[in-house]
Amino acid sequence: MSKFKKKKGGELPAISTASLPDIVFMLLFFFMVATVMRDSTLMVVNKLPAADQVQKLDKKDRVMYIYAGKPSNRYQDKYGTSAKIQLNDKFATVSEVGAFILAERAAKRQELQNVLTTALKVDSDTKMGLVQDIKQELRKVSALKINYTTRLGDYTQNIN
Amino acid sequence: MAKRAAPEVNAGSMADIAFLLLIFFLVTTTIETDSGLNRKLPPMEDQVDPPIIRQKNIFTVVVNKNDQLLVEEELTDIKDLRSLAVAFLDNGGGVGDEACDYCQGERDESSSDNPDKAIISLKNNRETSYKVYIAIQNELVAAYNDLRNREFLRLYPSVGLNFVDAQKKYDDPRTSVDLSDQLKPKLDVVKAMYPQKLSEAEPSKTN
Repeated sequence: MSKFKKKKGGELPAISTASLPDIVFMLLFFFMVATVMRDSTLMVVNKLPAADQVQKLDKKDRVMYIYAGKPSNRYQDKYGTSAKIQLNDKFATVSEVGAFILAERAAKRQELQNVLTTALKVDSDTKMGLVQDIKQELRKVSALKINYTTRLGDYTQNIN
Repeated sequence: MAKRAAPEVNAGSMADIAFLLLIFFLVTTTIETDSGLNRKLPPMEDQVDPPIIRQKNIFTVVVNKNDQLLVEEELTDIKDLRSLAVAFLDNGGGVGDEACDYCQGERDESSSDNPDKAIISLKNNRETSYKVYIAIQNELVAAYNDLRNREFLRLYPSVGLNFVDAQKKYDDPRTSVDLSDQLKPKLDVVKAMYPQKLSEAEPSKTN
């Protein structure tokens, strides 16, 4: 009566890991869709201030980014600790902002050139003097639409 | 020759490859903060003759280098700024042509005539810190948004949204064209009732 012989041993069957790649791929695709590539390495400290009356920024191809803040730790030996402007991948002076905007604008498609926004990603501890200088430069090249990029949060976080 | 079954490719390392890719994307990407306060800078050309604005229609906000706030010549805490700005904008002290029939303010004669005339003037020092400046901008925008929300809900209760949400809906590219077309005139009406008139003076080096 071998047909009814009980199966030997109480070994647990191995858990199939065949679906593991599927799970990981799912995660991978989620991250690929939900995030954007960082297009320039940040060379400045960029802790954005908080605000809650925010509006969403336009599509990415209609935005030009200007970063400002103290140089990050690894650049402080070379560039000091006073706030600086970063355009694309390098530090710049205030007078270069205008040329940068014009170059960026020229690189965009014709129909987008009038609807561009300049996003100012400025560190919270920067002084207004620098921001004011940037704004003045932007006015000179009539890039008048600006956006102070902020983190979502209550304004009281800014005061301490 | 005997037919041989094709050997199965071992897929055990697939997970490792996928993990590698996943970690690569995790490291190289950031979830962008893509929202902020939209502002419009004034054009460069000088105005030929600056319009004459009566002092009572100007709400002055001055920030000094120690991040202290002076609102209408009085030292103020930033948490009171929003209510002061709302009170100023919504005052509606004008009479005759300048009367404001939707304002719910105190109609104080020494404050603004109507929201269309009311101008908020923000002046900062070069040493003011950016975060405080953003906090102030945020509160001033909030004052406008509060008033616009109120009027939007009063005029268009059927929409079921307040002004900020309606604006968000309008800006969202996924909103259908029909709905956008319906929202646009309503948004414009409310915007015209409380136009954002926020003037920024050139910063002072002293004080």
